[in-house]
Amino acid sequence: MDTLLAFFHQHTELIYIVILSIFLGVEVISRVPSVLHTPLMSGANAIHGVVIIGAIIVMGKAEPDNIPALIIGFLAVILGTINVVGGFVVTDRMLEMFKGKKK
Amino acid sequence: MIGSSILSIIYLVGSVTFILGLKMLSRPDTARKGNLVAAAGMLLAILGTIFLYRVNGEPLHNLGWIFAALAIGSIAGVSAARKVKMTAMPEMVSLFNGMGGACAALISIIEFAHYPLMDGMVVIMLLSLVIGAVSCAGSIIAYGKLAGKIKDFSFNGQHIVNLLILGAIVILSVLLFTGLSSAAVTALFYTICALSLVYGVLFVLPIGGADMPVVISLLNSFTGVAAACGGFLYDNPVMLTGGILVGSAGTILTILMCNAMNRSLKNVLIGSFGGATAAAGGG
Repeated sequence: MDTLLAFFHQHTELIYIVILSIFLGVEVISRVPSVLHTPLMSGANAIHGVVIIGAIIVMGKAEPDNIPALIIGFLAVILGTINVVGGFVVTDRMLEMFKGKKK
Repeated sequence: MIGSSILSIIYLVGSVTFILGLKMLSRPDTARKGNLVAAAGMLLAILGTIFLYRVNGEPLHNLGWIFAALAIGSIAGVSAARKVKMTAMPEMVSLFNGMGGACAALISIIEFAHYPLMDGMVVIMLLSLVIGAVSCAGSIIAYGKLAGKIKDFSFNGQHIVNLLILGAIVILSVLLFTGLSSAAVTALFYTICALSLVYGVLFVLPIGGADMPVVISLLNSFTGVAAACGGFLYDNPVMLTGGILVGSAGTILTILMCNAMNRSLKNVLIGSFGGATAAAGGG
């Protein structure tokens, strides 16, 4: 229990961000028309690619002689980049298609 | 000192572009611009991290490796996204989502060795590992199903097996903190990882092809939460906001997608277990 309280106290700001972001995420997209469901899913998919920042940090912290960490980190950065870059490009292509179709 | 202040501002700008991007993506006339706004914010956040992030006052090492990985990933991502047929886009999104999940799980695997077990952060790492691995395995199965490479598969009592696996993951995670030897802890950690992958596969396998977009959306929000765990781990606000936004927006989107198909989420996830009953309860 003490550990839990200490954890809460130590990270109050982050916990605030989490709670407020949850409400924000719900509010921001709650009135989306159904044609945009798939592009929105794809756009959100690209946005959670921020996880790549964590991969870059892991990679940048690894000591040059820590081969396993370097290999796994290298893989993580590649996967994260594909997620981000591919995600945004695919979303753009989807929306391009919509533009041609609608009106 | 100036560098880290600039980095904080970059992260703030990044978080705002993600919010704006999602907001604009939910309206037809601004959707395309919204995607670009979020992409610009992401680029800024990535470049800022590479050049301005400091670990105990030191800049990041291995920049050559990082840029090589970024180049490989960009080329692979762009060519995959350009080549994919319009009709095959949902499965491409699923594949990308799986890679994001894998990325989150890999981060946990590396960082796990660096933290003492009694640190609260280990719980966050476990969360990121389990969610990331489930999302990764599930997304790959979802991709395979939509691409017609994997057939629907279910057996009697599958939901019980799934619950047992989930229970095992929780129990093993608690066991981690009971003061075992470090070799046992490592073994347990990888067992949890493997079980999470199996759970991801079994979770998606029985769900019908028509419901796949809903499942992909759900896994998408899972990966968002895993990314947010990374944000906690590194005290990184842009990862936290980006991840949680996708987590909550993705969950709502999943429910909206179900509503659009006149079904409930429960129906999609549980109704499909045990074949015949699912067909009956489908409407």
